[in-house]
Amino acid sequence: MEKQFKERLPEFTTLSSKKIERVYNSDSIAHLNPEKDLGEPGEYPFTRGAYPTMYRGRHWTMRQFAGFGTAADTNERFHYLLNQGQTGLSTAFHFPTLMGVDSDSPRARGEVGVCGVAIDTLHDMEVLFKGINLENVSTSMTINTPAPILLAMYLEVAAKQNFQQKKLSGTVQNDVLKDFIAQKTWIYPPAPAMRLCTDLFDYCQTEVPRWHPVSISGYHIREAGSTAAQELAFTLRDGIEYVDYCVKRGMKVDEFGPKLSFFFNAQSDFFEEIAKYRAARRIWARTMKERFGATNPEAMRVKFHTQTAGCSLTAQQPMNNVVRTTLQALSGVLGGTQSLHTNSLDETLALPTEASVRIALRTQQIIAYESGVTNTVDPFAGSYFVEKLTDDIEREALAYFKKIDDMGGMVRAIELGYPQKEIIEAAYRYQKQLETKEKIMVGVQDFVIENEPPIDVLRIDPQVEQRQIESTRQVKAKRNNAAVKAALSDLKKTAEGSANLIPNIRNAVREYATLGEMIDTMKEVFGAYKDPGHY
Amino acid sequence: MERKLRILVAKPGLDGHDRGAKIIARALRDAGFEVIYTGLHQTPEMIADAALQEDVDLVSLSILSGAHNHLMPEVIRLLKEKGMGDVSIIGGGIIPQEDIVTLKQQGVKEIFTPGTDTRDVVKWIETNIQPRSL
Repeated sequence: MEKQFKERLPEFTTLSSKKIERVYNSDSIAHLNPEKDLGEPGEYPFTRGAYPTMYRGRHWTMRQFAGFGTAADTNERFHYLLNQGQTGLSTAFHFPTLMGVDSDSPRARGEVGVCGVAIDTLHDMEVLFKGINLENVSTSMTINTPAPILLAMYLEVAAKQNFQQKKLSGTVQNDVLKDFIAQKTWIYPPAPAMRLCTDLFDYCQTEVPRWHPVSISGYHIREAGSTAAQELAFTLRDGIEYVDYCVKRGMKVDEFGPKLSFFFNAQSDFFEEIAKYRAARRIWARTMKERFGATNPEAMRVKFHTQTAGCSLTAQQPMNNVVRTTLQALSGVLGGTQSLHTNSLDETLALPTEASVRIALRTQQIIAYESGVTNTVDPFAGSYFVEKLTDDIEREALAYFKKIDDMGGMVRAIELGYPQKEIIEAAYRYQKQLETKEKIMVGVQDFVIENEPPIDVLRIDPQVEQRQIESTRQVKAKRNNAAVKAALSDLKKTAEGSANLIPNIRNAVREYATLGEMIDTMKEVFGAYKDPGHY
Repeated sequence: MERKLRILVAKPGLDGHDRGAKIIARALRDAGFEVIYTGLHQTPEMIADAALQEDVDLVSLSILSGAHNHLMPEVIRLLKEKGMGDVSIIGGGIIPQEDIVTLKQQGVKEIFTPGTDTRDVVKWIETNIQPRSL
């Protein structure tokens, strides 16, 4: 009699609800042409990796996102992280800065320095990067619509210390499209937001050649609840929109293409994530070559940062988050990331303590130095399962491209609320799957323990708000207010026309105009974006 | 027949994390409540005004920016000022346990933290909130 091999579930699916077969075999990838579809690492279409030697050449950049309290508090954390072996800086700004609001505005009450560092003027930026050699470190700044202002501040700090602008390297996120889709730190409506964003691309191209003027981000799209394929599709389609805008400005794809960088999430479904990164490289390479006629391989090469999934972490039994983060980080590394942030175990409760950030950084170091996974490039290539997943996710993403193209592009799709609605549908579906236990979060719906002892979390000193307000007031009292007024008036005139806004922004920054003053000046011309509130 | 409960789901402050608010808005709507969602980046004044205009029975505040200790009591104060002291307030988001204790003392009826089953929220509302007498 034949023995019955029963399965636990009627159907097996990924985190994104994609059906998975029991076994994959050569039939699953019969159509795959390894030469054409995979190529060698570092060669078109880059499926196997951005560079030929990958981590045999150098490890990914270990870049922990950090920012809290005043600039002085965060400066201390930056020095700590660099001393612990971190190789790049990544700045988290508090919500008022992200939204273009000064700390002394009533809208900032309760938020100053809480979720990131408070930056109002050039003075704060001088303190933030004090004692750091800006020619030797690459700095990432998670900032979108106010990106030109924060970069201008960074450039002024560097100039004052006689660092050469041409040698500065780093990234500003400056991805306004994903703001409308997912991150929601929008300020202006899409058209002027895209103008400001493209102005910065243009400016960096000639003035700060080693700077990445955008990090085209899927991270927030995924955190908002999208599937892996949606994250991939909307991110890369945003990329296409930026390229379109740059081309319309007369910029050359082969010249600015190499400056584009990407930012993806590392969620918990191990193989789905690896497939996503591999598909991202292949889709983008083909898009740049076939859709935009790029001939420079550098313009086709996807370089990306990865952050492990904040939304996967649990407030319940928070120590388990170290394990989640390890698995997610491993998928980012096996997927070939260029830099990585690993979340700390306490980030579902508050900003991380120094002790928990150290564990997160050590997680990366253990993967890099102990696990052995860095010894060879793209070890999953040729796996029936991983290659099939890579193909499938690519196909799903290309179908989204087609839909968005048919709508008239991403700006139009956003105006129609299309990606926003797709994401909230996926988020709601996942919530229901959790509630019916179709998907399990360990320690939340299952394997629960009662009466957990609380863990120590980082508390922001409530005095920070008052200190920051006072400091910004002093800056305003000491600066040349006539010069500020003149610089803001010039900025407004330029906003009313069509010239590049960045030189005027730099002038205003140099005079210690506040972030809020500059944002509001442009708002008089550009107007404000209102949340359509789709749900 | 008793009329449906009217619930304002609101996002005070500057943070853009609206996944939870939208899921809650939808779950409450699916459970048969009348739901009004404010959208993001609302000031406490805007929320109190909306509560008044929409004549709601319950205001549900979602905050993931850490500014809850300022924003929640401020909404309560403004509602009282507008003669809507009988409107109940609940909250959700990343809120440490010790803050929950203080916020409840200040008049927040209940706080739901990440990992909450939306059916538990519905059940809590059905048990604890009645339509305000008009």
